[in-house]
Amino acid sequence: MIRIFLICAAVLGATTSARAAVDIQEVTSPGGITAWLVNEPSIPFVALEIRFSGGTSLDAPGKRGAVNLMAGLLEEGAADLSAREFAAKREELAASIRYQAYDDAISISAKFLTDTSDEAVELLRASLVEPSFDDASIERVRAQVLSGIESDAKDPEEIAANTFDNLAFGDHPYGSNPSGTKESVNALTRDDLVDAHARVLARDRIYVAAVGDISAEQLGAMLDQLFGELPAEGAPFPKTVDFGLTGGITVVPYDTPQSVVTFGQDGIARDDPDFFQAYLLMQVLGGGGYKSRLMEEVRVKRGLTYGIAAYLAPKDFANQLRGGVSTDNSRVAETIDVIKTEWQKLADDGLSAVELERVKTFLTGAYPLRFDGNARIASILVGMQMEDLGLDYVNTRNAKVDAVTIEEIDAIIKRMIDPEGLHFVVVGQPEGLPASN
Amino acid sequence: MFGPFFRAVILSAAVVAPNLTQAAEEGVTTFSLENGMDVVVIADDRAPVVVHMVWYRVGAADEAPGQSGIAHFLEHLLFKGTESLAPGEFSDIVEQNGGSDNAFTSWDYTGYFQRVAADRLDLMMKMEADRMQNLVLTEDVVLPERNVILEERNQRTDNSAGALFNEQQRAAQYMNHPYGRPIIGWRHEMETLSLQDALDFYELHYAPNNAILVVAGDITADEVRALAETHYGPIEANPAIVERARPSEPPQLAERRLRYSDPRVSQDYLVRSYLAPERDPGAQEKAAALVYLADLLGGSSATSVMGQKLEFESRNAVYTSAFYDGLALDETAFGLVVVPVPGRSLEEAEQDLDQVLAEFMADGIDTDQFERIQTQIKAGQIYALDSLQGRASRYGEGLTAGLTVEDVQAWPDVLQAVTPEDVMTAAAELFDRDRSVTGFVTRAQEVTQ
Repeated sequence: MIRIFLICAAVLGATTSARAAVDIQEVTSPGGITAWLVNEPSIPFVALEIRFSGGTSLDAPGKRGAVNLMAGLLEEGAADLSAREFAAKREELAASIRYQAYDDAISISAKFLTDTSDEAVELLRASLVEPSFDDASIERVRAQVLSGIESDAKDPEEIAANTFDNLAFGDHPYGSNPSGTKESVNALTRDDLVDAHARVLARDRIYVAAVGDISAEQLGAMLDQLFGELPAEGAPFPKTVDFGLTGGITVVPYDTPQSVVTFGQDGIARDDPDFFQAYLLMQVLGGGGYKSRLMEEVRVKRGLTYGIAAYLAPKDFANQLRGGVSTDNSRVAETIDVIKTEWQKLADDGLSAVELERVKTFLTGAYPLRFDGNARIASILVGMQMEDLGLDYVNTRNAKVDAVTIEEIDAIIKRMIDPEGLHFVVVGQPEGLPASN
Repeated sequence: MFGPFFRAVILSAAVVAPNLTQAAEEGVTTFSLENGMDVVVIADDRAPVVVHMVWYRVGAADEAPGQSGIAHFLEHLLFKGTESLAPGEFSDIVEQNGGSDNAFTSWDYTGYFQRVAADRLDLMMKMEADRMQNLVLTEDVVLPERNVILEERNQRTDNSAGALFNEQQRAAQYMNHPYGRPIIGWRHEMETLSLQDALDFYELHYAPNNAILVVAGDITADEVRALAETHYGPIEANPAIVERARPSEPPQLAERRLRYSDPRVSQDYLVRSYLAPERDPGAQEKAAALVYLADLLGGSSATSVMGQKLEFESRNAVYTSAFYDGLALDETAFGLVVVPVPGRSLEEAEQDLDQVLAEFMADGIDTDQFERIQTQIKAGQIYALDSLQGRASRYGEGLTAGLTVEDVQAWPDVLQAVTPEDVMTAAAELFDRDRSVTGFVTRAQEVTQ
């Protein structure tokens, strides 16, 4: 029976080339704003994904946390609506709008019913173009942000990530918590928030995807309504920063039973010509939803953890590989040894041809399955635009995966995988770990 | 394992929806196999994908005393091989077909699923049917996996002050019912779970007459029926499977109060939970009223009663919320959370909470707020159509919580029929302090590093 299953899998695997069932159009508004659209009328709603590139890394000097606090206030009153009136209106329309701030983007995810789309879009417009930033709301959201900062300071995952960021990127915005510090957030004024709004929400950095019950004409008009009144240009983007960490182990003592470990090294850029090779390689080493080498060695064989991953984590202006694992304080040393051994093994022996074929089959088979659901598709499409991938990428992507050769994999290993450069940040009370930097 | 605070079930082998019925929800068909396995098919051809799920009517609340965590441990071990598949091979094959797979355990169910291209459904069913009856376990895979679940407990619970407190709160809420034990298990019991414990639990509970098959996606009911009869049809029913009857709660006559301190708490907070009715077959009205009550009291900061009074008006709280999940086989819970602003004590926060509740009971419900919630619930059903997995899970969770397909499909109408009077009646029954647990969670003195 094992054999039958394997044969089945192999045969089926060979025929896996289901194409993503999406028909993407590029729409340009009368005012010159472009968006990608998938018209999918079967459910009467629209999923709209909007990104403004830049995000929290556009905080003005000395104003850390301004963009994050500003983004948190967009839904707290706009135009002639108070925070409560805004929320009540959104609920009355049964629309959902989520505003989030990341290092390299402000993300707005909206869903609204076809029936009430005009009113929902007007509400969204008001929040983007005419947020009130009234004093009571500023103080309320400031208190929430401060509460989040305190909570981060007690969360081993956050402590590990923030420590690693700081060691790797120092004074660059990538090197500090995007929410800011207690001091910096307390010092922010309304003017700082108005300024942060102007720096970030501008027409020269908008990416939009819409999926659902909406036509190209409707979307075109909507784009001008939503964004037409925003300033043409925002703040200049930050400078590129080198990955500043060398190999070693940094321990942050914290009294908790399980140590949380973040590790990483220098990486490559999303637009690097070798990106696909690196992507396949990292999937084999530590990719999610996959029988990766690290999962096999650390979890399955040794039971050291519930989960481990390692992946390319490029930012717009920095490169890195990152990974994470959690294990009992008594087993951190062993876990780190296993990870280092795997890094070395990869550098010494590379991937086998079988591993390369397996990962190709997995990635090409999984790709079309991602495109189910309006909200999922909208999110994928906006990501493709930000990465400057063309409209036809969904149809060429699998061919790019299939074209990767073992020689190219060897070359990217040589270029990128650096066992000596691997740095571990350990938060916990690890036993028997020599700390060094 | 996943899970909102409370989930659960009733139905068991005895409940078998007879024959093929074209159900009320568009594209949904249900039938049963001769061996008692229930089948739900949700046809949706928007993408060439299917979600294949098998839900067993067994979970952490069905474990024998002293064996907490065995349902979840067994879930992990179902990936460790059968007479024909080597350990890990199940997932390898899913992966080689471009699919993804996983599993989850709650108090009332254990579920397994794969997401694959529609033309791989046959293979998925073949493998899922295989591990329903042919599990083979050896010590060399069981022991490392026990370490994995202990690390999972570390990660989810022991490393989080909030999660440790939730566990204590549940244990206090249930004086007799096994909902009081954690799904992941108590550590000291997990450490003793053996290969034989897992196999015994498997023999007792894994059979077609204790399972529900849910398939959603680009497939027809006839195709699913043919495949299900081929793969699941030949498996014999287990006559030992009977309707679940867990120990139930005695009258709760004494309010319980907890104080938990941990240096890892970033901000002090207060949680109060009350024992609450769940959705029952043919009687979901009370649960529907409690869904509104949770939204009215603590749904959104800007418009809910707690949010408006404590976050916006008095500004005594940084955060407030209310939670309720009626999907459970047995009695569930309704909860309220208040995080006071720095400088305000938990005693004061509790007074704030009690005052808000008293005012709500006296003043009744704001009609506009009620209507907005009604609109959002209705719209939520449209948005829910966007997720195949979500649609499939609605049936899996409902049926393992003792509901029928008809109950699951009637739920939207039951929700729309709720009146403000229903909510006030449900609230009056709910807020009985004798049936409540109030927990104060505080930051302890920092230990010097």
